[in-house]
Amino acid sequence: MKTFYKLLFMAVMILSFAYAEAAETLNGAGATFPYPVYSAWAYDYNKITGVQINYQSIGSGGGQRQVTERTVDFGASDDPLKPEQTQKDKLLQFPAVIGGVVPVVNLENVKPGELKLDSETLCKLFLGEIKYWNDEKIKKINPQSKLTHSEVTVVYRSDGSGTTAIFTNYMSETCPAWKEKVGAGKAVKFPAGIGGKGNEGVANYVKRTANSIGYVEFAYAKQNKLNHTQLKNAAGNFVEPGFASFEDAAESGDFDPKKDFYLWLTNAPGKDSWPIAGATFILLAKEKSGSNKSVVKFFDWAFKNGDNKAKELVYVPLPASLKDKVRAYWKTNGLQ
Amino acid sequence: MTRARKRKIEGVIAMALCTIAALMGLFWLVFILGDVLVHGIKALNMDLFINDPAPAGVEGGGLRNAFVGQLMITLCATLIGVPIGVLGGTFLAEYARGRKIARLISVLSDIMVSVPSIVIGTFIYAVLVKPLGHFSGWAGAIALSIIMIPVVLRTTEDMLRLVPWTLREAAFALGAPYYKVIIQIVYRGASTGILTGILLSIARVSGETAPLLFTSFNNSFFATDMNKPIASLTVTIFQYAMGPYESWHTQAWAASLVITLSILMLTVIGRLLIKGRLGRR
Amino acid sequence: MALQFKKNPADIVFSTTTAIASFSVIIFIIGILYVLISESSPAIGRFGIKFLASTDWNPVKESFGALTNIYGTIITTFLSLLIAIPVAIGIAIFVTEISPNFLKGPVGAAIELLAAIPSIIYGMWGLFTLSPIMSKHVEPFLKKISADIPFVSILFQGTPMGIDILTASVILSIMIIPFTASISRDSFNLTPPIIKESAYAIGATKWEVVKNIVIPYSKIGVFGGIVLSLGRAIGETMAVAFVLGNNHRIATSLLDAAATITVTLANEFAEADNDIYLSSLFYLALVLFVMSFITLAIAKYFLLKAERKYSR
Repeated sequence: MKTFYKLLFMAVMILSFAYAEAAETLNGAGATFPYPVYSAWAYDYNKITGVQINYQSIGSGGGQRQVTERTVDFGASDDPLKPEQTQKDKLLQFPAVIGGVVPVVNLENVKPGELKLDSETLCKLFLGEIKYWNDEKIKKINPQSKLTHSEVTVVYRSDGSGTTAIFTNYMSETCPAWKEKVGAGKAVKFPAGIGGKGNEGVANYVKRTANSIGYVEFAYAKQNKLNHTQLKNAAGNFVEPGFASFEDAAESGDFDPKKDFYLWLTNAPGKDSWPIAGATFILLAKEKSGSNKSVVKFFDWAFKNGDNKAKELVYVPLPASLKDKVRAYWKTNGLQ
Repeated sequence: MTRARKRKIEGVIAMALCTIAALMGLFWLVFILGDVLVHGIKALNMDLFINDPAPAGVEGGGLRNAFVGQLMITLCATLIGVPIGVLGGTFLAEYARGRKIARLISVLSDIMVSVPSIVIGTFIYAVLVKPLGHFSGWAGAIALSIIMIPVVLRTTEDMLRLVPWTLREAAFALGAPYYKVIIQIVYRGASTGILTGILLSIARVSGETAPLLFTSFNNSFFATDMNKPIASLTVTIFQYAMGPYESWHTQAWAASLVITLSILMLTVIGRLLIKGRLGRR
Repeated sequence: MALQFKKNPADIVFSTTTAIASFSVIIFIIGILYVLISESSPAIGRFGIKFLASTDWNPVKESFGALTNIYGTIITTFLSLLIAIPVAIGIAIFVTEISPNFLKGPVGAAIELLAAIPSIIYGMWGLFTLSPIMSKHVEPFLKKISADIPFVSILFQGTPMGIDILTASVILSIMIIPFTASISRDSFNLTPPIIKESAYAIGATKWEVVKNIVIPYSKIGVFGGIVLSLGRAIGETMAVAFVLGNNHRIATSLLDAAATITVTLANEFAEADNDIYLSSLFYLALVLFVMSFITLAIAKYFLLKAERKYSR
């Protein structure tokens, strides 16, 4: 027994000290949605610079909390903190990548991208007020499609998520009844339908349930080849989800560095803007200027070299103008 | 005659049902293990053990960091949990033998064994991670050791009790102090049993996920510094299984296969040890 | 009886060390309770005891109640016990009474291996393998045969998704079968052979011996084992987190998604953004801790009682 212990002890000593590596490590935590792209960037960055960016997806709320409690070097969140909140918790905040939420349907006789919806019909569908697909309101904007008298099944996210935050924010902004009855947040009490866990859960439910409608992150809709809808945007045009319409939304969005970029990209005013877009944000603790500089260096590198990688993984890079704004924000805060 | 027949038929039916129940238990075991084996073996290759994770879309990533991290966390948890557990069990079986406090602690440990592990994770987060300001391998190891202690403590207590009292009396008669009797005679007599308890407790904690999520966190890179976040197989499986990419799912299966096989091996060794010992008697 | 030996200073050091080590268990339990209570105090202050009776779980309006979670926990554990108990007792009877000697060891070992599989493996297997089987084959079948039976058909309303109460209960039952089976087996084994042999001598069949002698003799132990598995099932997280959905509603159909306390903790702990939300989750964890503590204490009571009975 004793020798066994001695051996164990020595093994631990060797492992934990002899290996003590020189590599700089930065720990980040937060939103699940940008996890694949952040880790892909981190992988390349590590190869070039040797710096390790350890990003773990624990959820947006977790990212906010961990950076507020200063247990990580940076946090990430899909729903932006209000300027008052960043002031209070002494945080810095800037966007890193754009994403969008897409309504997906499972309808016979309806081709992908064929069904058109506007904010009113979408809202009434998710409130459970439109019960059948051949409702007059839907028919009116889809005169030529063959919608039948079949019951609508709504599928929503049952776990807390940034996706739900972006989606419900859009609903609250465009539909007063939604704002009053449900509200916006990472987890809300949905009035109708069935809940799926994670983007995958919703995607699976929609795939398996006839006559259903749900909402997922764009990357998932694309990877799972789900049947997306068109949406009417604030400018009154029906648009398809995609790189172009997301970028347009991002460009039309008035990100204000003075407000720590607090902005929902939902219902963006641009002519071709996708109405349910959103940026995902990075949070830094103000007083940790040393590690902040390294984090900023990483994102600066990613802004310069990471666009293709992001697109490959179906994410939308920030438009050039926004990148410049973020860089200016870094300068004013003495991080670059 | 008919009554006897009825009794016999009833008996046969009941026994058949019991056999079916046993077969069902075996069926689940074969089903689950077979499934893990079939899915896992496809993804099992050298890359898995010698490479660190690559992001989605890059070929040839592995889970070296998670294997090493898991080993380190478990090792440290063992180093903390086993001495405390063995010593605690010694107190119950020797110094406090027959006292109320021994009964109380023994019952409480039995209850602790089944306390939801997610609760232990949040406890360590509140007392170790938040005050220190960073996640660390140590926090994970301590969380696991808290799960281990009651298991080791209870088996040690039971095993020490099995050592005949007369053996101690013989040593006392020679003038040996109690602690020497315990260390040189009682421990020696119960060593196989205690070792089994230790092995089983290691098996128990190496499958834990919930207590690691908010303590040792995770690390996408190879790291061995226990003061920093460190990767573990179970948290990696949890993350990969939920992710959108097929390649992640296969790696999660492979990791599951490795961890399941190691745990089953520990369990089997533990069982064989105790069986060999009892058989010799 | 041991005290009189404690004269040597080294002995005092050693005995104190062991005492401290064993008191660590008490310290952990008190520490866990303290952390849970202090973290959940905002929610306790705001919702009080009504928390337990409210079905509202609305993070936007910051109104929280635990009833849907408690309901989910109770219904999944109840169902899983319903499935597990007969199977587990059957296994125990098989191992102690029916199986030929050379099979006893392997079958017993196999059942115990089932207990050693980590719960995350169960969860993953449940999500990728069991859930599709349930939704494609088992659940439609149950729906079909129950369709014409009043009341029973209510239990199988809705679309078979495979992510629901039924699937979660099946997984839980597989997980607790080994516990119940091995404790039942140990209890059965304690039946004095003389009584059994006398029964055989007067012509009883195997089943009659089991039914009229072994089970009555060991029922306290078996019951303790069942309550112990109940305690296990209540606290299980990872195995059900994957397959239960996470739906804060009082579900009437077994094909509905639901939420247990553990699943809610696992799914929402990371996303809780405001303090009262997080505090409510800690309140839930406290409820869970108390629930499983009480259950396990009851189990322990019966097991000790059984032990005392047999050791007479």
